[in-house]
Amino acid sequence: MNEETSIPAFAAGVKFRFDTLRQKWVILAPERMFLPDEPAIEILKLVDGARSLGMIIDDLAVRFDAPRALIAGDVVTMLRDLADKGVVRW
Amino acid sequence: MIDPPMGLVAELTHRCPLQCPYCANPVALHRARAELDTATWLRVLEEAAALGVLQLHFSGGEPTARKDLVGLVSAAAGFGLYSNLITSGVLLDEPLLARLARAGLDHVQISFQDAEPDNADRIGGFAGGHARKLAAARAVRQAGLALTLNFVVHRQNLARVPQMLDLAESLGAGRVEIAHVQYYGWALPNRDALLPSRAELDGATVVVEAARQRLKGRLVVDYVVPDYHALRPKACMGGWGRRFITVTPAGKALPCHVAESLPGLDFPSVRERSLAAIWRDSPAFARFRGTHWMPEPCQSCDRREIDWGGCRCQAFALTGDAARTDPACEKSADHALMLAAVAARGVTPPDFVYRRYAGATETVD
Repeated sequence: MNEETSIPAFAAGVKFRFDTLRQKWVILAPERMFLPDEPAIEILKLVDGARSLGMIIDDLAVRFDAPRALIAGDVVTMLRDLADKGVVRW
Repeated sequence: MIDPPMGLVAELTHRCPLQCPYCANPVALHRARAELDTATWLRVLEEAAALGVLQLHFSGGEPTARKDLVGLVSAAAGFGLYSNLITSGVLLDEPLLARLARAGLDHVQISFQDAEPDNADRIGGFAGGHARKLAAARAVRQAGLALTLNFVVHRQNLARVPQMLDLAESLGAGRVEIAHVQYYGWALPNRDALLPSRAELDGATVVVEAARQRLKGRLVVDYVVPDYHALRPKACMGGWGRRFITVTPAGKALPCHVAESLPGLDFPSVRERSLAAIWRDSPAFARFRGTHWMPEPCQSCDRREIDWGGCRCQAFALTGDAARTDPACEKSADHALMLAAVAARGVTPPDFVYRRYAGATETVD
């Protein structure tokens, strides 16, 4: 699933929040916890259940001034990994 | 500087309608009159959030037996804690779930004793329990909450792992836990009745691994392997005093929910001290924290900061010394104890010793 019109969203029971004590972004999920790396953080900040995959790629390609195809590959790989972990649905 | 804990296990009560013979609660259970009051729990939750706890696990016993559960969930949400409810499900109905969801509960984990109703009710020692759990699981999803099904597996239900996975999928769970019995608490005296053979274990493992691939992206499958057939120990609680604090119904703070079984450790009470002071200063929390306490073969092992020496309670239960290497490790001088237990298990499982308050009869027909 990587149609650019699809809309990724956090799975039920998943929260992405900034932990002020540790100064780190964390993903809180049922009985689990993940510490996303910098690229994952930038992608997850754009996952709001409204933006499509294509819009997320557009946003990142402009902001990071990188070839769109390169960004698209990274975003799809990252989201697929997070979907396998039960963090996002799309 | 000690890193703050990630999780708080709040054992609200030891009261539970079920009598599972592998319950991780201590064999000497606390009665209701010994439980912490609401005000103390509210203080503990606030202290936990301030200390750096991110996830809260309401557990027990059966946490829904506490009348103040909704208020505690609501307070936890206010403190910014992610809250899990670890429940048998038999007291969970639609009105209570609606109130819990409104209060800010994030996730519900319901334990199932089997996928086959009659055997499930026999193992849990509670007639009609399985049907109630099914209804509760459906109500969790109707309330819009994330659902986990937890199956504790052993020789008397292991053959039905495929049906367990199907049940989790059909009930709309996002996660399923297939967890082999861990042999402490009530499970140790029931070991012969529960421990699977190597062949039974391997059969289940193949099924779980295949399901993981098949269900990828739809259902998270977590698998807890049994120590008695392992070559390496589990990183119990992610390491002693490293990630979790458990608070018992009576208010003792522990590095793991079974730690009260260990002699010679003075566990502090949250009635007398703050969670921060306990985490930082308690000698009991420092006793097995990190690697300084480790004997050989742990001390020079390249996995010492992966498994943290395994489980202290298991080391004590099997060797009488909590500071020894977990016998689950094949490098342990005591590993033969585990092999002997597997070899000694009879063809026919003995009757269960059901979880009961002391003084009650020990078995049921």
